[in-house]
Amino acid sequence: MKQTKVVLNFPENIVEDPVTYHLIVDYGVQVNILRASIDPGKQGMMVVELSGEESQVSHGLNYLEQVGVQVESLAEEIRHLEDRCASCTSCIPHCPTQALEVDRESWYVSFEPDKCILCLSCLEVCIYSAISVKERLY
Amino acid sequence: MTKTIEEINAKIRSGTAVVLTAEEIIDVVQEKGSKKTAREVDVVTTGTFAPMCSSGAFFNIKQPKDKMKLGGGFATLNDVPAYAGLAAADIYIGATALPDGDPRNSNSRPGKFRYGGAHVIEDLVAGKKVTLKGGAYGTDCYPRKSREQLIGLDDMNDAFMFNPRNCYQNYNVAVNLSDKPIYTYMGKLKPKLGNAYYCSAGQLSPLFNDPHYRTIGIGTRIFFCGAEGYVVWPGTQHNPGAARMENDTPLTPAGTIALIGDLRNMSLKWLRAVSFAGYGLTLSVAIGVPIPILDEEIVRSVSVTDNELKAPVVDYSEFYPRGEGAAKIGEVTYEELKSGSIRIKDQDVPTGSFSSYAKAREVAQHLKQLIQNGDFYLTQWQAPLPGANTGKEATI
Repeated sequence: MKQTKVVLNFPENIVEDPVTYHLIVDYGVQVNILRASIDPGKQGMMVVELSGEESQVSHGLNYLEQVGVQVESLAEEIRHLEDRCASCTSCIPHCPTQALEVDRESWYVSFEPDKCILCLSCLEVCIYSAISVKERLY
Repeated sequence: MTKTIEEINAKIRSGTAVVLTAEEIIDVVQEKGSKKTAREVDVVTTGTFAPMCSSGAFFNIKQPKDKMKLGGGFATLNDVPAYAGLAAADIYIGATALPDGDPRNSNSRPGKFRYGGAHVIEDLVAGKKVTLKGGAYGTDCYPRKSREQLIGLDDMNDAFMFNPRNCYQNYNVAVNLSDKPIYTYMGKLKPKLGNAYYCSAGQLSPLFNDPHYRTIGIGTRIFFCGAEGYVVWPGTQHNPGAARMENDTPLTPAGTIALIGDLRNMSLKWLRAVSFAGYGLTLSVAIGVPIPILDEEIVRSVSVTDNELKAPVVDYSEFYPRGEGAAKIGEVTYEELKSGSIRIKDQDVPTGSFSSYAKAREVAQHLKQLIQNGDFYLTQWQAPLPGANTGKEATI
């Protein structure tokens, strides 16, 4: 069983194709859509969690690349800037998945990209600008 | 058994002073009792690192060849307005100041507030230069009428932080009872008690450890954003008459202190510009105050724990802005706040803080090191802060 969170970028020419349908039906991949948008320039973006047998997921990812979807790992999309973070914990009640967490012994805040669903709630509430994301995710 | 500050300073000089943080002393008192602890421990260090809006800095800028009187004219630093109603070359920039062009909350709420006075201070402390623009009417003694120049701390004769109000003794826990999210100086509050924010270092916070201002007064030397600083006055809104618990700590925001310190000796580790979406800018500052252990009563004050300190829960949707509804909808201990969830109106409400306990600890540890190394000595105050029975009040 393999599970992976990725960001899919859809170029304009395939934005209207049922890519997710093929991924599920043809490749047997379970697709959990965490976030999706189409910008005014008609580029699409989807944050998804893909799960299935190792081979199903890798064949699914191959299919995506063949049709022109650019696949990026979620960890490359969002970063916790430790040198800016003051571990104040203002992000903690706004993070729905505990990707941002505080150790209640040391009181330092840490970030676990695997738990992140790119909801970007933290972006607005971090007063130290310690969360950085790629511009197009706004 | 009592000690004097002179005796404690002599021990610091000889390297024999026993120094603990306000957190470390808790277990020691529990184990040894307050009498023995008063004998054995000389200094307890407190610390806090949090946004404190009433912060800013005075600058005296070196004169150009044709001299200029900024006083009565105007001055901006990186387009952020500074106050120029002083002598020819003195200006003050406040942490919350915004450039004229900032959209504030007008384009779309919440406004982002990306750059302002706090960032100018941060840039200067980081060693960067900022653009000074000045305008003046020109006089016989100060003929220059305009000036535009990149300046850093080296281009100033003096640069010191002067904060009229820091270090609140206790603070509100902010919640939102309405059905819309709100953006406040206590952060983004989700509707219907979606979250709660607090802002105090609790058992490490300076004034919680000296509830009646016995050792913290005008003239007390402190650790201030990496520099040596001083308490120079009771802070604005100092409100010592607030209701108190049996352990003498206040149940609501109470005492405050006005602070001063040399900006040149400050560092980014201990000072940060911050932006509150929808509200504005402020500056996070690090403050560490040493408390001399003069007697047993002081031991009892500094060994206060988070479960003995309480904060009021206040609705920021109606009561705070408009005075409507109940002043206080609950009361919680700092231990409860730090657990990550508090119970209000039969609801579990997740908590977050703006005061960094991790950094507060770093401040208290750092000050402890400075004292142990003989790099920081204690002072006796020259005048006390107004106390609980002096009639000093504040209407806020």
